[in-house]
Amino acid sequence: MADITLRVNGSEKKVSVSPETPLLWVLRDTLELTGTKFGCGAGLCGACTVHVDGNPIRSCSTPISQVSGKNVITIEGLGANGLHVLQQAWIAEEVPQCGYCQTGQIMSAAALLAKTPNPTDDQITQAMNGNLCRCGTYERIRKAIHRAANGGAR
Amino acid sequence: MSPLSRREFVGAGVAAGAGLVIGFYLPHKGSAQRESFSPNAYLRIMPDNKVTIVVARSEMGQGIRTALPMILAEELEADWKQIEIEQAGASTLYGDQTTGGSASIRTTWDPMRKAGATAREMLISAAALTWSVPRSSCTAESGHIKHAASGRTLSYGDLVDKASTLPIPSDVPLKQSKDYKIVGQRLARVDSPDKVKGEAIYGIDFRLPGSKYAVLSRCPVIGGKASSFDDKESKKIAGVSYVGKISDSAVAVVADSVWGAMEGRRVLNVTWDEGANKDLNTAGIMASLKQAASKKGVNLYAAGEPAKASGRKITAEYSLPFMAHAPMEPGNCTAHYQGTKCEMWIPTQVPQDCRDSVATAIGLDSDQVKVNVTLMGGGFGRRLEHDYAVEAALVSKAINGPVKVVWSREDDMRFSTYRPASLHQLSATLDGSGIPTGLTHRIIAPSISGQKGMPVPNGVDPDLPDEAGPVYGVPNYLIESVLVETPVPLGWMRSVYALQAAFALESFIDELATAAGKDPLKYRLQLLAKDQDLPYYTTTWHTARMRAVLQLAAEKSAWDKPLPPGRYRGVACFGCFQSYMAEVVEISMEKDQPKVHRVVAVVDCGQVVNPSILEQQIQGGIVYGLGNALRAKITVEKGRIVQGNFDDYTPLRMDETPVVEVYAVPSAELPTGIGEPSVPPIAPALCNAIYAATKKRIRALPILNS
Repeated sequence: MADITLRVNGSEKKVSVSPETPLLWVLRDTLELTGTKFGCGAGLCGACTVHVDGNPIRSCSTPISQVSGKNVITIEGLGANGLHVLQQAWIAEEVPQCGYCQTGQIMSAAALLAKTPNPTDDQITQAMNGNLCRCGTYERIRKAIHRAANGGAR
Repeated sequence: MSPLSRREFVGAGVAAGAGLVIGFYLPHKGSAQRESFSPNAYLRIMPDNKVTIVVARSEMGQGIRTALPMILAEELEADWKQIEIEQAGASTLYGDQTTGGSASIRTTWDPMRKAGATAREMLISAAALTWSVPRSSCTAESGHIKHAASGRTLSYGDLVDKASTLPIPSDVPLKQSKDYKIVGQRLARVDSPDKVKGEAIYGIDFRLPGSKYAVLSRCPVIGGKASSFDDKESKKIAGVSYVGKISDSAVAVVADSVWGAMEGRRVLNVTWDEGANKDLNTAGIMASLKQAASKKGVNLYAAGEPAKASGRKITAEYSLPFMAHAPMEPGNCTAHYQGTKCEMWIPTQVPQDCRDSVATAIGLDSDQVKVNVTLMGGGFGRRLEHDYAVEAALVSKAINGPVKVVWSREDDMRFSTYRPASLHQLSATLDGSGIPTGLTHRIIAPSISGQKGMPVPNGVDPDLPDEAGPVYGVPNYLIESVLVETPVPLGWMRSVYALQAAFALESFIDELATAAGKDPLKYRLQLLAKDQDLPYYTTTWHTARMRAVLQLAAEKSAWDKPLPPGRYRGVACFGCFQSYMAEVVEISMEKDQPKVHRVVAVVDCGQVVNPSILEQQIQGGIVYGLGNALRAKITVEKGRIVQGNFDDYTPLRMDETPVVEVYAVPSAELPTGIGEPSVPPIAPALCNAIYAATKKRIRALPILNS
């Protein structure tokens, strides 16, 4: 067991867990932030994507010890004031079906837009290809990212 | 509800058309002051105008929490903004609550409409009585009853008391489709905001105070058992509080976190009795299908006598592997056993089966088990099983406290129930112009229901009547089913046998078109040229409807116009779950592999309830089906499922996803299935496009393995 301090969605959190515990399970079980999802446990599906110091990472494969002292943003903290422009675009384009992977999709898309405010189709594909969706919502995800990049317009 | 009735219900519902909901009308409450107006179990109207509609099917992404209430709200003449949705758990009020077989809309269309219309008529009566005016002078509109002559208006909430005192009419008028205001509209899904905020609670997110977490170690060999276990190392893991055998084949590790339980399982040492299947492998299973093909099966459909047709004979054989559903949310269930009762929170397509299986497993009566239905991170048929519900109940009983059982992705991949592998023998006799006068399709596959001990009436797997019917009006046409046995656990996977049947038939039709030297789409239209009714169990397939679907697909894909160099097209059409579907695929070949650029999908599913959800289902079904076609393959070695995660079982990702254009034939016919019909045509359409590009015929899926 180790005491680890990190910042999650702007607040300091101190947790006492074994240092190899993946960030995913600390978020879900210890901090009760269940918007970040478990899909594969091996960094293959992207459902667990969160931002650490602004970069998208797979929280299922990131030991908590590696994020000690760092800034973690989850889906719950993405929109500082209400819904993030991507979340609005996701609703406007009616992206979610089962919705399970969508929080991870949105976190990947948010990291893309932060660095590339007006991505091309190829840039979107490259950024989003690590996120699986079994409902097959990829086309609407692409449209929603373009919409968000356009400030909410289609 | 016994699992025996699961699929029968779908068929019966379709045949009878309506009125299947058991215990539909609730008795009136006697009190004078009423809290709500609730003429049936689907609906409550509160004095503050809040209208609660109960959804008795499960939401797994198909939009049922939006679409079913739309049907009721339409007849109720409700204000959609006032609607709140309530998810029913396992109940005795709603008939069979199974969510599957693309059946939710088609089997609850009538009950939902009548539930809304009954309430509407009672509210009209209540207003007419209040105003002492004739009923016929009152109209219902947007949550209000209006009396045009005097300009008076009462809201539904105002009428709660009065309406609750009235007798419930048994025969109410239903609206005509031309008057629909809600049905047919692209209304936003009610579940989207929570899902994009991360606030939606799926089964895996549900948590009881003080709940423990459990993972299970299961015998890696199909049908094997746990002989003994050594938990010394597991008990050293922080937070592990219990290790115990909960069934013949599984040992549970319980901890105060999922990660702790997974770590405890990682170091658990179980001695397995591998049993009879320890040498089972895929090659042997496929050989057993081939062997069974020599047996005479059961005729599913028989017109004329194909054996007597004379002309040019063509035959071909096709095969498909086992496949896994792999929904994004792995299996899970929370259970709280408390001696004389047990409460469950399950992402399930079969709440009633879960209730009954759990009751049997832990020695309670069904009415002592309460099942709450959570959101599901995909279902695709995997959650028609109740394995994880039973596991959770057994663990909760063993530790005498609340617990959540969580499956890993490897658990999901290796302990699933799989789409049956199958073999297909097709033969045709062509006349002088290349048109088949005889057509035979022999489907050699194991029975899913049969393996589960459910009835297989007259030797026909109960799914085949919804999934393997005739498409074309060939005069001598035989569809035959040969059932075989396999130890590999079988399950109903999105579109079930329709996927196999369509791959074989629609690839073969393309082969016939080639043999006849004809354009594959025009050839199909020629086979559909005559208006014919093809009765198949409870459905009658109409060649005219399939023809219209195919014609629209030809038009929208500009089939008659040449493609740019390097682009190729393929087409397939198929009917299942009472819907008609045609798909045109446009590809290029890149390094011997197909790249799918565009799919034009046309459906006739009768009345469309919500076009946006319809598009979602068709786009999603095509992406799912493309993944199946290109790479989905579950194999068995030494009795073990080989694939374990998304690195060796690889669904479609964004880079492989084509643009999918969706068109629905305008229709006021009764609504039919939409969750599954888009899946079957995509594999043959793609293989037919590959043939157009390469002259190489693919007769075994997956494509990238051939």
